[in-house]
Amino acid sequence: MMDILQIVLSESFWAASLRIATPLIFGVLGALLCERAGVLNLGIEGIFVVGAMSGWMAVWLGAGLWGGVLVAAFAGALFGLIHAILTVPLGLSQHVSGLGVTLFATSASYFAYRTALPNVTSPPRIEPFGALDIPILSDLPFLGPVLFQQTALTWLAILMVAIVWYVLNRTALGVAIKAVGDNPASIDAQGLSVYGLRIGAVVAGSALMALGGAFLTMSAFDAFFFGMVNGRGWICIALVIFASWRPGKALLGALLFGAFDALQVRLQTEVGAFLPSQVFLAAPFVLSIIALVIAARSADYPRALLTPWFKGQR
Amino acid sequence: MIADKVLSLEGLSKRFGSVVANDNVSLELYRGEILALLGENGAGKTTLMNMLFGHYLPDSGSVHVAGEKGALRPLALGHPQAALEAGIGMVHQHFTLAENLSAFDNILLGSEPLSRLRRDRSTGRAKIDQIMSDSGLRADLDIPVGRMSVGERQRVEILKALYRDVSILVLDEPTAVLTPQEADTLFENIGAMAKDGLSVIFISHKLREVLAFSHRIAVLRHGTKVGEIASADATERTIARMMVGAETPETKRESHEPGAPVLRLENVSVAGRSRRDSLSDADLTVRRHEILGVAGVSGNGQSALAGIISGLMPLSKGAMVIDNATINGHDPLTMIRAGVGRIPEDRHHDGIVGSMSVAENMVIERLDDPEIQTRGLLKRDAIQAHAEKLARDYDVRGPGVEANARLLSGGNIQKMILARVFERSPKLILANQPTRGLDMGAAAEVARRLLEARSRGAAIILISEDLDEILSLSDRIMVIHDGELVEADTRDRETLGLMMAGEAA
Repeated sequence: MMDILQIVLSESFWAASLRIATPLIFGVLGALLCERAGVLNLGIEGIFVVGAMSGWMAVWLGAGLWGGVLVAAFAGALFGLIHAILTVPLGLSQHVSGLGVTLFATSASYFAYRTALPNVTSPPRIEPFGALDIPILSDLPFLGPVLFQQTALTWLAILMVAIVWYVLNRTALGVAIKAVGDNPASIDAQGLSVYGLRIGAVVAGSALMALGGAFLTMSAFDAFFFGMVNGRGWICIALVIFASWRPGKALLGALLFGAFDALQVRLQTEVGAFLPSQVFLAAPFVLSIIALVIAARSADYPRALLTPWFKGQR
Repeated sequence: MIADKVLSLEGLSKRFGSVVANDNVSLELYRGEILALLGENGAGKTTLMNMLFGHYLPDSGSVHVAGEKGALRPLALGHPQAALEAGIGMVHQHFTLAENLSAFDNILLGSEPLSRLRRDRSTGRAKIDQIMSDSGLRADLDIPVGRMSVGERQRVEILKALYRDVSILVLDEPTAVLTPQEADTLFENIGAMAKDGLSVIFISHKLREVLAFSHRIAVLRHGTKVGEIASADATERTIARMMVGAETPETKRESHEPGAPVLRLENVSVAGRSRRDSLSDADLTVRRHEILGVAGVSGNGQSALAGIISGLMPLSKGAMVIDNATINGHDPLTMIRAGVGRIPEDRHHDGIVGSMSVAENMVIERLDDPEIQTRGLLKRDAIQAHAEKLARDYDVRGPGVEANARLLSGGNIQKMILARVFERSPKLILANQPTRGLDMGAAAEVARRLLEARSRGAAIILISEDLDEILSLSDRIMVIHDGELVEADTRDRETLGLMMAGEAA
């Protein structure tokens, strides 16, 4: 018991939690934006892969790190656009289209990687984002290492929470996005474009998701390898429900998951002798299922989620 | 009234496939005028207004709207934005509100540019306050619309239209979901706004309110305008004749002494998922030869009452007794075997299986009948013959008994359900909103069948929002409000209306 307490009080545990949470923060925000507009985006898992691959590839081909981030966002937006066109104006099943986009995006990324690097056995490395050293703040006890030695992308993720919150709660655009996810007829009756809002939200949300992937290859690691996304996208889909579609709670949910994950790694080394390591690997997922079961009972889904809308039909 | 023309529709026509929704309809509207657009379901009222507002593009015809200086200018058709800019506001029958947003956000939705980084809330709020005090329409601006009553949502819809500085307001069946008092207040407010120069078109099929509150009446039938009349010169009889094209048969009631009790509810409570489908301590008795009318605005516990009588919901307290036998447990089959016939509220969703044939739907409640099946194998020929006979007897029209039930029109679906229910001569009939959405002919047929069943000795519970229907058919009336069922010892519309609103004991 003392061991757990020691872990939870350590700086490295909290720094790791925030680091693990970063891609999830991007992913949950992206999924939240899509769903607030009424579109479930199961393309998220594949869009993570696209973001991870394209961002890394751009840097490896000579672009700057921020150039890589832009490329990743753009590539994510592109796959988001495919999902948006299939589900919004064409009104196809959001589940089927989303899973299709995930399969397509994942395979396309692997294909592009293999085509560009046919004979490579160990993945080539890039120089990733380094810790953002802020004088004075970085040297603070505890807070310094936890908060102020993270990379720029972690800061971008936290900034994005604030931006998405502001847009949804303080701008007319946010009101319109929430309205189109609740009752598209309310938007159409005011002469606004249901399709425009929904496509826009899905494209922007997908760009955010891709940033989550880009963090993996450009900040957490320094190379791209197959299977590295490893279900993070699916976790985000669950975390959105846990967050009841609110950006602040999304940050909380991502941090909670990050903390579970950081804890299990440390517990493995501490008490690994007694329990098989798979128990620890599964723990964060089991805990998020439990958290989800509790949160989802009172979940207030956007009313028009999954419901396509066609003009002139009510 | 000054005869300033503000709107003119010229020769509008619209077809949907082979169906002519509107054929060469012309209409004029003057400043400060309240025009009632009247017609049966499917007469083309809503289609006409949707063309005016740009939701549908007409196949031919044009619309002119008075500009700022009063001269009529053509309106670009097919664009809601153009209609809004020309000062036309529409309040749809199905509210176009986002329930997750506050009334304030709903009212401002679409009137603010989406590209701005900041919202100017105080200006908007001041303007809404001004409109509320001018029009007499009040709503709490800060609570989510999802938590509002239907009447309040209606007011938010109208405020939303007024916020856009409309000079022409179109209301599609504005009182369909209101209590009589709420409806009267609404029309008083509209009347006051019309005096200030607002021009109003409202769609309705309630003859009483049309006569009481409009200046002029235009009647549509089968997509064409069949007449116009000043409201002062009209009577219910004359406009009903214009709507239907013939005299509607009066419903004849034979007098019957009520017989033995068929259904008794004793101190029954139902815990639904929300207050809207709960019932508390309800007592009710209905006898042979008796129609018990349950009046109330929908969402006050009617679904719980219907749910227990059809076996779909469990009682949480109390007892249900049919023919002196207490019913234990709840499932639809028990209730069917106890002699209950049900005409469900949502006939498309709960009344039929749309992807099965008319013939199959007609036997769906008696699949254990040896006439229908032997050892689990259906007797196709018997089912077919049975369906053809019922379709003839109950005048179910459509593409034939082999066709999928969903292909029938609303009126014919209802006739099919009536056939299925009445064929078994049920002791107790639960009729939940049986004429909602039906045209006058089909509604009269439903009323006739219910009265026929009453003469035969059935006990009938008639749940309806339409007070006129309750008054014309019921032997006794109960009012349901907020899950409480109260016996009404009056037939006075005013008192019943107050009881429906929960404002009188």
